[in-house]
Amino acid sequence: MTAQSLKGRPWRKRPTIANPYVRWAAILAAVTYLVLAGSTLDVDWARVARGLDRARSMFAGFMQPDFTSRWSAIRTGILESLTMTVVATALGIVLSVPFACGAARIISPTPIYLLCRAVIAVTRSFQEIVIAIFFVVMIGFGPLAGALTLAFATIGFLGKLLAEDIEDIDPRPLEAIRATGGSWLQSMAYGVVPQIAPRFVGLSVYRLDINFRESSVIGIVGAGGIGAALNTAISRYEYDVTAAILIIIVGLVFIAEYASGVIRKRVQ
Amino acid sequence: MKRYGRGETALAGVDLTVPQGQVVALIGPSGAGKSTLIRCINRLVEPTAGSVRLAGNELTTLGSRALRRARRDIGMIFQEYALVDRLTVMENVLSGQLGYVGFWRSWFRRFPQGTVDRAFELLERVGILDQLDKRADQLSGGQRQRVGIARALLQDPQLLLVDEPTASLDPKTSRQVMRLLMELATEHELTVVVNIHDVALAQLFVPRIVGLRAGEIVFDGAPADLTHDRLTEIYGEEDWTQAPVGGADASGADPA
Amino acid sequence: MPVLQAASGARTWRQRDRRRTLLSYLGWLIGLIVLAICVRFIAGSTLWFFVWDAPRQAAALVDRMFPPDLSYLARLWAPIWDTINIATLGTLMALAISVPVAFMAARNTTPHPAVRQFALLIMVTSRSVSALIWALLLVSILGPGLLAGILAVGLRSIGFCSKLLFEAIEEIDPKPLEALSSTGASGSQVVGYGIVPQVAPAFAGISVYRWDINIRESTVVGLVGAGGIGLQLDASIDSLRWAQVTTIFVLILVLVVIAEWVSARVRAAIR
Repeated sequence: MTAQSLKGRPWRKRPTIANPYVRWAAILAAVTYLVLAGSTLDVDWARVARGLDRARSMFAGFMQPDFTSRWSAIRTGILESLTMTVVATALGIVLSVPFACGAARIISPTPIYLLCRAVIAVTRSFQEIVIAIFFVVMIGFGPLAGALTLAFATIGFLGKLLAEDIEDIDPRPLEAIRATGGSWLQSMAYGVVPQIAPRFVGLSVYRLDINFRESSVIGIVGAGGIGAALNTAISRYEYDVTAAILIIIVGLVFIAEYASGVIRKRVQ
Repeated sequence: MKRYGRGETALAGVDLTVPQGQVVALIGPSGAGKSTLIRCINRLVEPTAGSVRLAGNELTTLGSRALRRARRDIGMIFQEYALVDRLTVMENVLSGQLGYVGFWRSWFRRFPQGTVDRAFELLERVGILDQLDKRADQLSGGQRQRVGIARALLQDPQLLLVDEPTASLDPKTSRQVMRLLMELATEHELTVVVNIHDVALAQLFVPRIVGLRAGEIVFDGAPADLTHDRLTEIYGEEDWTQAPVGGADASGADPA
Repeated sequence: MPVLQAASGARTWRQRDRRRTLLSYLGWLIGLIVLAICVRFIAGSTLWFFVWDAPRQAAALVDRMFPPDLSYLARLWAPIWDTINIATLGTLMALAISVPVAFMAARNTTPHPAVRQFALLIMVTSRSVSALIWALLLVSILGPGLLAGILAVGLRSIGFCSKLLFEAIEEIDPKPLEALSSTGASGSQVVGYGIVPQVAPAFAGISVYRWDINIRESTVVGLVGAGGIGLQLDASIDSLRWAQVTTIFVLILVLVVIAEWVSARVRAAIR
């Protein structure tokens, strides 16, 4: 191949998918999909136009958030959300540890491993609100249902990530401790725990964040928290109250995220 | 022809004129301001005072669009190659002509055929035509530097700025790269300013050497004039003899 | 890990010095107190009668949920298709907006610090409000349907995608950008030729990752009327047809597993 032989030949950038048939098939599939998906989206433009009116009143309401007229409901809701978050995260952290250990192939016998993996997979597949529905059906309305829901979700979340962390650890310190004559428990305490502890703390704080966000939603189905008050305000078109509640939620999430960022930085 | 004046405190009162077609090597200790000087020329670093003139045109007062046009005439080669790793060799070389094509043409990589042909020629000249479609991060250091050289030359520049071209390369590749640069400078009648830390390499290849120390020029002359005293002036006190351990002299001949 | 000198003159080694040990105990104590207060609060709001009844309720529920009502499956294909569309179109919409927001937020590409703060504010707002809440608001404005769902999922995803994207933008190698500027390239060319290739793999990974999460979110936005299989779920739960609910769950599980598999494969291929 010489420059002379290439001269005059057009040069084009090699496309991401080299095989032209595959490439064109992919493009065709993507376009077809978008057309089909778009067609199912039959928008009632008249409704949207009316909606714009409502949006206008929503913005007007947002400009003057009303914290006072429904304050008692808001206060109860926020307290429920906060307490649910704390209890659920604590409970979830504690319970996730055994599940995570069970779901880590290197330290768990196969039947337990499969069981724990299955439990974790199932808890992760369903959104918190669906789990909340079930807990409400079983134990009635209120923040206890919410706390259990979030704890359940926390177990799935932390369990999976923790199990992956345990499987990723450097086995050499473990071997070293066994070589010095340490027991299984000591090898866990001195070999496994220091390697995963910083990330575990970070993940737990992260989950605390997520749990608070979720706690503001599951109230919609009766599982306690500010979600119920929010739902009520929206359905009554009380957009000023809605704005107040949203501002509180966003503010608390902001604080929680900031605090969690600080904690994670200090731990790692 | 270029002329520089005073710059920021990294450079204090540097006055340098380079006639067209000449190759100049800048040497000096770290922090002497060599990199800063080079970058002041194409205003990658803004000089706080003074003037930079290329072929009579003042560069320091140019607005952003005019500066971009001026930069098309100044090619630059970097110590750590500065290639876009995920792009292919050809795309990296073609980026030398970005100043001449619009945004959408550059996005879709539709460069004029003349540019493409010249890119082929340059790649062949620097010896990596067969690596055309390889991703830049799959190449060795020496090969990447050649891509950088081809990119700079594709600009068809009047002036070539070279910032430590051999700092990341092994001795043999360093010499190959320096030789290539000097050959290309002659072939294309380029004016070149090379920033180099390896004094011996500079003395081997470059006809004019300028020594910087603490932001000032302390030496300006031919390699042969670079005596041990002058080296001490530039770098500070040091034993500059080149005899290797064991007693043979620098050229490798056995002791008598 | 300090060495302490005890009164007797003997030197001992502790994992932390006395002050940090004290702080750490104090921290645990405060944590436990807070936890106790919260538990009391929740216990106070709970109707314990229902809680004791829970095992019986759970057993009755399980009994009513199995066997699943498979005949219901035929009516679920359209809603599942809707759910996939909500997730996909929502993610696409979010990506279109996330890209400029990310560039506004990244320290190395933002035109102005105020713009950066604005972009960060957009991201925080988008992230703090759960997709379901966005759905509530949008159903209130636009009425029930897919559009509300797509917008809800999209609005929530903007914060997530922009955050990961701008972190990727801040991590790029600046040296090629300097080189491109030195050839006379314009600012937009430096972005297109220098930044985009460097963040492209991260972008693809983030997109697929968020799509996977959105599939899960899209299954429940219907609970508040925003389209998808959540609508059937809501209807079945309201009418207490638990066997249908099980069918829906199985379908959701299959969908989520497939989506996660696709996402994992694509992200592995990018690496």
